[in-house]
Amino acid sequence: MTTDTKTIKTLVDKEYKYGFVTEIEADSIPRGLNEETIHMISAKKNEPEWMLKWRLKAYRHWAKMKKEKGEPKWVNVKYPSIDYQDIIYYSAPKPKKELKSLDEVDPDILKTFEKLGIPLEEQKKLSGVAVDAVFDSVSVATTFKEKLAEMGIIFCSFSEAVLNHPDLIQKYMGSVVPYTDNFFATLNSAVFTDGSFCYIPEGVRCPMELSTYFRINAESTGQFERTLIIAEPGSTVSYLEGCTAPMRDKNQLHAAVVELIALDDATIKYSTIQNWYPGDKDGKGGIYNFVTKRGKCLGRNSHISWTQVETGSAITWKYPGCILQGDNSIGEFYSVALTNNHQQADTGTKMIHIGKNTRSTIISKGISAGYGQNTYRGMVKILKGATGARNYTQCDSLLIGDKCGAHTFPYIEVKNPTAQMEHEASTTRIGEDQMFYCKQRGISTEDAISLIVSGFCKKVFRELPMEFAVEAQRLLSVSLEGSVG
Amino acid sequence: MVMTEVKENYLERFEQFRKVVAKNGQGWLCPTRQAAMERFSELGFPTPRDEDWRFTSVAPIARTPFQLPQDGRVELTSQEIEPFTFPGLACSQIVLINGRYSPELSSLRPLPKGVKVASLAQVLMGDRDSLEVHLARYADYQNDAFTALNTAFMDDGVFVHIPKGTVLQDPIHLLYLTTPIGDPTIIHPRNLIVAEEDCEATLVESHASLRDGVYFSNGVTEVVVGENSILTHYMIERESQEAFNVSTLRIEQGRNTNFTSHSVLLGGALVRNNIHPVLAGEGSTLLINCLYMGTGKQHLDNYMKVEHASPHCDSRQLYKGILAGKSRGVFHGRIVVHKDAQKTDAKQSNKNLLLDEGQIDSKPQLEIYADDVKCTHGATTGQLDENGIFYLRSRGIDEESARAILLYAFAGESLQRMEVEPIRKHLESLVSEWISQRKLLENSK
Repeated sequence: MTTDTKTIKTLVDKEYKYGFVTEIEADSIPRGLNEETIHMISAKKNEPEWMLKWRLKAYRHWAKMKKEKGEPKWVNVKYPSIDYQDIIYYSAPKPKKELKSLDEVDPDILKTFEKLGIPLEEQKKLSGVAVDAVFDSVSVATTFKEKLAEMGIIFCSFSEAVLNHPDLIQKYMGSVVPYTDNFFATLNSAVFTDGSFCYIPEGVRCPMELSTYFRINAESTGQFERTLIIAEPGSTVSYLEGCTAPMRDKNQLHAAVVELIALDDATIKYSTIQNWYPGDKDGKGGIYNFVTKRGKCLGRNSHISWTQVETGSAITWKYPGCILQGDNSIGEFYSVALTNNHQQADTGTKMIHIGKNTRSTIISKGISAGYGQNTYRGMVKILKGATGARNYTQCDSLLIGDKCGAHTFPYIEVKNPTAQMEHEASTTRIGEDQMFYCKQRGISTEDAISLIVSGFCKKVFRELPMEFAVEAQRLLSVSLEGSVG
Repeated sequence: MVMTEVKENYLERFEQFRKVVAKNGQGWLCPTRQAAMERFSELGFPTPRDEDWRFTSVAPIARTPFQLPQDGRVELTSQEIEPFTFPGLACSQIVLINGRYSPELSSLRPLPKGVKVASLAQVLMGDRDSLEVHLARYADYQNDAFTALNTAFMDDGVFVHIPKGTVLQDPIHLLYLTTPIGDPTIIHPRNLIVAEEDCEATLVESHASLRDGVYFSNGVTEVVVGENSILTHYMIERESQEAFNVSTLRIEQGRNTNFTSHSVLLGGALVRNNIHPVLAGEGSTLLINCLYMGTGKQHLDNYMKVEHASPHCDSRQLYKGILAGKSRGVFHGRIVVHKDAQKTDAKQSNKNLLLDEGQIDSKPQLEIYADDVKCTHGATTGQLDENGIFYLRSRGIDEESARAILLYAFAGESLQRMEVEPIRKHLESLVSEWISQRKLLENSK
């Protein structure tokens, strides 16, 4: 027992590996949010008129929401209220000149990405992963652009897409997550600064994993990125996303919106490893991760799959969902959420079955340690027309230590009598007999926990692309080893 | 607008009602009634915006101006109530007509020494001491509008007190019969069951209507289970398809107790069955077993909140539903494991069969603040197994009968857990009647 307590202590005192700050000159606008801020952001990005109008519409709606109801209250997390006037809504590394190639990117920024483990240069050459890195609010570089362009794939920053592909943006932006959707999505629609845009033309199978890396660097900036992925009929794409932030005493807000659109026979696979700064061991600082992610299976036989590993953030609040509109479409959600120290997570998914013979699978694994509170909140809705719909849900929670909590709040609404749905959930701690078995075979407590936890998460890790799976496993064992009581 | 009028209506009624009961020697209860009424007027009727009422709209209840029942006596013969009793069951029977105790129809079996079974109205008037410790101490009128309304207006019901070390061989049947006449009425049945240490007893609560008509029965039953006691409670809802019923069962379980709650919901237009046990003592066991079967436009809402407040308790909650016609079923189950409730073992399951155009909203929840626990829940929704039907048909059984057999088997799982044979037999016949009538209804379409 004493050795366990010791390992807990070493773990708790462990520092956040990505907590460095990069000193670079940034071009920020003053704190605060009003219509002028919106004009300023829009002007800084040279946006066309329609974009500005859309932002203003969202801002006005947000202001109304804030006045009438404020932030959503139903969520099972606690945090002091956010002062939206104390946030810098735009911060970009000061551009020295127009960037032509990677070599011209500020070497400091490149070094930062190297520290994060994504050497853009190297990746370009070796791993074949195309990376779009978003640093604070601006997309710094997109690798492999030319190679992808040959196949007709557009992979660029969102701002670039607004300028170069306005027709696609106007057609699809807000079609999955309307600007009125929820408090934070509305805020994002008003002030979003950058993000990634991805378009896969008909019948194309994207030859490499596309990837974005987000990092919040400057102090008291919020990051509001927006991602839009469109998969034309018959196309396939796999997309990865990773996030980190430096250590700050103050909480930082991250409110992103991700929209996926899959047309006939298209497949989109979206994987996230979220490792934002979770705050120190007393729960001070850290990122508020309030994200709206949603995919729309618009076409027949389309397929959207979400995989997420959530280990960071002081508060995680996200429900990647699927609207299964096309007949025979498939939605999947695989999630591992870990809360340690004072972290709180309220995460899950929404599966809305509209089309016939639509199918969805939900596998959610929650791990709570320290004072962590982990909530699964999921909704499966089978509408009247969704004849033959099928859902399978499994959500398991693992408790480590006696001060944490695990909660499960599923909502199941079935309006079509031909639907079949199953839901099962369990909450346990690591069994004493499991531990005994491992230790009796000479496996140390730490290794045994790591073994059991990775076994617990296996079903989800299996869904991750290779490189991510390795990283996810490592992340988990770093965050968890020895924390058993 | 309309809502406030209705609320005013209740407040007005309460003023009149309070004056009457204050004279009846019930003055001691007035502060509680007053507090409950104030809470009700603050809370108002719940709306689907309240998380606990997300899938159930009580608008039909809120907008109907219900009257308190008048004292007009209803003459009934024992023959008329016979369909609502259990053939072959020796039991004490307390009959309440329109919420009022009927001494002529009630009959008590010889009871062991010290056991008290009486009408609550009588006890309210004469025996303050035995009520005051428990009455309105458990059912939460601070947060639940319907419980608040009941607490303010409670008038009659059944009070059972079982002294230490007593085993009641024969069940006690509380039979609530309503005959709606004239304007829609509201009744507030209130039962208090107190079992001291080392007791054993079975209570059956039936709700039925003698004829069709709109009325609202808003009942609350508080059960106190003393150390080492074993109690079983049955709730049988078979009211008319126009009746509204909200029933709240609040159980306080002491150390090493064993409590079983069986519910069978067959009738009613809008039924809300609240079951809220608190496992307050160590080493207790709890079983909740519920079967709900809806047809037509019935709305059957099952709300359950199990609080594990002490270590080493086991609980099982098994809810099964068959929803036919255009009926809607709701299951809201919540297990809360408090910080100190280590070694909790809780299992919850909700299985639903949808027929015709039936709908179900299911919300099984786990809220866990302790670590050394085993908690699971499961929910399924589906149809009759086509392979099962095929199997039966390949053995020469026609399709209709095959479906009936499978339906009966699905419901039978819940019924089999009921230990008192005459009650189980009676419910089995009600269920098979339900299945065959459903078939007739469908055929006539």
